[in-house]
Amino acid sequence: MAISQEEVQKVALLARLLLNPQEVELMTTQLGQILEYMALLREVDTEGVEPMAHAVEMTNVFREDRVEPSLPRELALLNAPNRDEACYRVPPVLGEI
Amino acid sequence: MSELLELTATELLKEFHKGQFGAVELVNACLEQIRRYDGQIGAFLRVDAQGALAQAAQIDRRRHAREPLGPLAGIPVAIKDNLCTQGVPTTCASRMLADFRPPYDATVIQRLKAADAILLGRTNMDEFAMGGSTENSAFQKTRNPWDLERIPGGSSGGSAACVAARMTPLSVGTDTGGSIRQPAALCGVVGLKPTYGRVSRYGLVAFASSLDQIGPLARSVEDAALVLEVLAGHDPKDSTSVPKPVPPYSKTVGQPLPQLRIGIVPEHYSAGLDAEVGQAIQEAIKVYQSLGATIREVHLPHSKYAVADYYIIAPCEASSNLARYDGVHYGYRTPEQQMRAQLEAEQAALRRAGNQAALEELDTPLVRMFRQSRSEGFGPEVKRRIMLGTYALSAGYYEAYYLKALKVRRLIRQDFDRAFEEVDIILGPVTPSPAFRLGEKINDPLAMYLFDLYTVVTNLAGICGISIPCGFSREGLPIGLHLQAPAFEEERLLRAAWMFQQATDWHHRRPPLENLVAPGA
Repeated sequence: MAISQEEVQKVALLARLLLNPQEVELMTTQLGQILEYMALLREVDTEGVEPMAHAVEMTNVFREDRVEPSLPRELALLNAPNRDEACYRVPPVLGEI
Repeated sequence: MSELLELTATELLKEFHKGQFGAVELVNACLEQIRRYDGQIGAFLRVDAQGALAQAAQIDRRRHAREPLGPLAGIPVAIKDNLCTQGVPTTCASRMLADFRPPYDATVIQRLKAADAILLGRTNMDEFAMGGSTENSAFQKTRNPWDLERIPGGSSGGSAACVAARMTPLSVGTDTGGSIRQPAALCGVVGLKPTYGRVSRYGLVAFASSLDQIGPLARSVEDAALVLEVLAGHDPKDSTSVPKPVPPYSKTVGQPLPQLRIGIVPEHYSAGLDAEVGQAIQEAIKVYQSLGATIREVHLPHSKYAVADYYIIAPCEASSNLARYDGVHYGYRTPEQQMRAQLEAEQAALRRAGNQAALEELDTPLVRMFRQSRSEGFGPEVKRRIMLGTYALSAGYYEAYYLKALKVRRLIRQDFDRAFEEVDIILGPVTPSPAFRLGEKINDPLAMYLFDLYTVVTNLAGICGISIPCGFSREGLPIGLHLQAPAFEEERLLRAAWMFQQATDWHHRRPPLENLVAPGA
């Protein structure tokens, strides 16, 4: 297999996903098959080829350094799942549960 | 069915001028068609009947008062549900965004409003535009109007199905690896993916930012030209939109291209291409020959790596883009009390077991909130792609997968650059077969990915492509013809497509909706 269940668990944590045991098993099989197919790329000689990160390779798109209207705070907070006045509320970051 | 529904947007605009009917009649006809058939087709997630009728009445009033009107005045347009519209639910067919109402309009929505188009409703799609069958919607299935047992294609499946089913003359979709062209082909309509940078992506919910483009679906090439003219153009809010003038596509679309040189790619016709699709493409080549075009072979030797390449690059970008769904700023958050109670129980159990190592690894409440919200908010295909992208970008694999894929992407682009030195247009199939059955590929992600082999190259290369109807299978399923042109040559692409449309009548065929039996009847 191209990927192990342990690796899948590790990647799930990196991706901030929580997979149940059935999902881990299915994901391991499916990602394994997909990654095996991806191995096709190994046969391509890419020596000296510049990576292409974008379709239209533009650099340094500048605008005037001028303050322009931005999204009002009230609108920005409108979709917050939990808020406290002008702030987003989240569960504790550190310490005891 | 109202005769108005058979007319294209270009024809409707002419009829409006004659004053025989107005936008209100047209919108009512669309709403009636939706009411009658969408229960079974499922193209729309939400229809804004009230808003559309109010907008139509206003356009009629303004037309009557001889006020200046925009180029799409009174024409209904259905919108894929991943384009932000202020105050209107924009769900990406995901539980994650089920209650999301954007605080601003996407640039394309602003442009459509400024053109006086009528925003009819929001169409179904694969969740976050990830998929090729619209089966990945968290909310409903969409069925192909030509055969209800078949998928409409995807990810813009709703946008293609509603145009095919005469519920609206126009819709807007998005195409990251074929998501406009593929459903257009499978539903027998016209679908255009503009060049990357031609249309602003501001307000499009991002999937893979170096590949995503917004474009029209319509029932004629003229209509696709008309809508592109409205959508295209530089936008300071999208730094990847290109400051090039927008040609008057709708004015030039009806001009045939003299001495057109068409390239065909032998690699397209290898094993795996359905015989009937292959036959339809051969017939299309003959049509172009009869119109004076010259046909020559060109080679795209790296095309066979395109699916592998695309399914590394797109998930990598997706895993990064979708990191924003954290349950904090907007979108779904898991019920917090249950989440914390569960976490406390896990902690207590580990303490009892004296498992110090696992206790130290246990998620903090914040991390668990992220993980649980995302796991409950995203569907299986979105999770699969996030996992794939995270894996390919992670330490130790980045060079072997992501960096390698970017290099192969350049080789794919160079193949096209070389081919376009010899030909003006590259012609081929859009899909390896007509529409497959619902459920047929849903448990085999790799088979689903391989269905995209002809369309992903266009996005990887950053060029433009169009799908136009070119025939039917014996079972009566539509077949699409794929034309591709160099970057920013949409004018050429549309004119070449129009030449074919003029010489054929495939685009006039309509699905046998009369045969649909109302549920319970």
